[in-house]
Amino acid sequence: MAGRTLYDKIWESHTVGILPTGQTQLFIGLHLIHEITTAPAFDMLREHGMDVAFPERTFATVDHIVPTHVRTRPFLDSEAEELHQALERNVAQFGIEFFHLGHEHQGIVHVIGPQLGLTQPGMTLACGDSHTSTHGAFGTLAFGIGTSQVRDVLATQTLAIDKLKVRRISVNGVLGTGVYAKDVILSIIRRLGISGGKGFAYEYGGAVLDNMNMEERMTVCNMSIEGGALVGYVNPDQTTFDYLKGRPYVPTGDALDRAIAYWKSVASDPDAQYDDVVSFEGKEIEPTVTWGINPGQAVCISEKLPKAEEYSDPEGARRAYEHMGWHPGAPILGTPINVAFIGSCTNSRITDLRAAAKIAKGRKVKPGIRALVVPGSAEVKKLAEQEGLHEIFKDAGFEWRDAGCSMCLGMNPDKLIGREISASSSNRNFIGRQGSPEGRTLLMSPAMVAAAALNGKVVDVREYH
Amino acid sequence: MSEIVKITKVTGTAVHIRGNDIDTDRIIPARYLKEVTFARMGDYPFFDERFDASGKKKDHPLNDPEYQGASILFVNKNFGCGSSREHAPQALYRFGIKAIVGESFAAIFAGNCTIMGVPTVTVSPKEMEQLMKSVEENPRTEYAVDLENKSLSYGNQKIAIDLPATYRNALTTGSWDSTTLLRANLEQVRKTASKLPYMSRFAS
Repeated sequence: MAGRTLYDKIWESHTVGILPTGQTQLFIGLHLIHEITTAPAFDMLREHGMDVAFPERTFATVDHIVPTHVRTRPFLDSEAEELHQALERNVAQFGIEFFHLGHEHQGIVHVIGPQLGLTQPGMTLACGDSHTSTHGAFGTLAFGIGTSQVRDVLATQTLAIDKLKVRRISVNGVLGTGVYAKDVILSIIRRLGISGGKGFAYEYGGAVLDNMNMEERMTVCNMSIEGGALVGYVNPDQTTFDYLKGRPYVPTGDALDRAIAYWKSVASDPDAQYDDVVSFEGKEIEPTVTWGINPGQAVCISEKLPKAEEYSDPEGARRAYEHMGWHPGAPILGTPINVAFIGSCTNSRITDLRAAAKIAKGRKVKPGIRALVVPGSAEVKKLAEQEGLHEIFKDAGFEWRDAGCSMCLGMNPDKLIGREISASSSNRNFIGRQGSPEGRTLLMSPAMVAAAALNGKVVDVREYH
Repeated sequence: MSEIVKITKVTGTAVHIRGNDIDTDRIIPARYLKEVTFARMGDYPFFDERFDASGKKKDHPLNDPEYQGASILFVNKNFGCGSSREHAPQALYRFGIKAIVGESFAAIFAGNCTIMGVPTVTVSPKEMEQLMKSVEENPRTEYAVDLENKSLSYGNQKIAIDLPATYRNALTTGSWDSTTLLRANLEQVRKTASKLPYMSRFAS
């Protein structure tokens, strides 16, 4: 019998049965919720008199709407306040653990799951957020879902879902200096396309992934959905186990030994069969920046902006040029920016902040540039402050904020204004994404954002190494 | 969630929104996700493309009186990519859209539509161009999306449509609203859970 992938193994052990529709009823080991996509789901439960089937398997936090500057309650934004109160009521009524604002574990949902050791290999996980694929870094099958599916998970701890195919993406060799996990995933999306992953789970591997730490793997898996893949994962290994040991929700003693044995057993077999195989060479990946209105419209820092006709959808590229206001043939290097944002579920972890601080240390943000550093969780903030990173950022002229989604998505006070151009370590450059319908976003690694902040324009971070 | 509603056919006039890769941030800007229910979502689809900063209407198919009352939406490739926000299909549904025909759909969006009882069906790019032209030429054209026969008819034309078999089954048998179906198996769910070592925190 041919070897099986991690995807096959976890799918099989979590299958409850096949529904009359032909879909699989899949057990969800861990459910993470936040304030935005859950209120109607709880309303639906109440409407039909249903309880939460496994309340101990759901954990809640607040991240999307929370201000990162002034945190006093009630929030100035009455809608944000109302949403927060709705979540407080819902978790109290249904008996769900809640990492509320001010709690030591509060933070972006995809930062705190791994940080607490809630996210573990060999598990299925769901969250009403498309970047749930982040948790795949642990060898977890993690699904981003909608509100009606959140209701299903609350009511049954299962989803009605179809099985995906698996595409193995190997990144071989080593990365050059100044090239980060963000550049790896932007390169993958650029080549395979923003809908190229439809119908697939992405299994990332190869020497580059093997050598990455857990936070780098999370950055890669985080943006799977930007490539159209609902699920992305990395096989668990010693790096995974070392990261998890000692975290609050990870077993200890003999139980940890049993856990590690289980975690090892779910990794893809060496002779696993894949539906598709793609490979990349690490040495060919350069610092990468998006120039357009979707994450696939990206170039290496040394490249000029491509002609619209070079894309499979020239009309889409023309629309991007129209929105961004620049022209094919221009270099991306030297593009002026107004705002620098370091944060989001893609790049707000301690290693991201360390990489950015290394660039910012002893230097100054260009006058007139609004620069923000937003740690992904209260704990990341605390850790960064213990290391003195906040002083480095503040001395350089960055604002040092509290944990939340911040300027990734225009749902809290951190927003672009008018036609501002943002160098951003987040995940989406869609029109209007950062809160201004006319705003413009250039996605890049946190180190590249820091370098852009210092120069007021896009520069090659390798000059700082 | 309680009564069974079989969705086998959607009929009505149509409206088309051109362009590939239309993301859910465009379908519904994030600021409207702060509302605590879906009740008002029907006011917001494509808001920033339909209205300028002062609230004045811009040129957009959803603002065009010619297409008012449309219940079928024609779109191109990878519609609904990006954020998992169910607010996007909720906004279209509450605006009056009961079926979406496109060249392709993003995975989470199509799943969200199906669980709400809104079919997302696909046709070839050539056929989509033909459909968009037909609705431009005559916005009063009546279309019928037939899930049982997997066809889309209008005038004397009939073209084949496609959708995943599981989605078609869910819609046509009235089990698209999956909670009842899933909850019927709670005993089996507990059995499956008990075999997973992490559920007991690896106690044995």
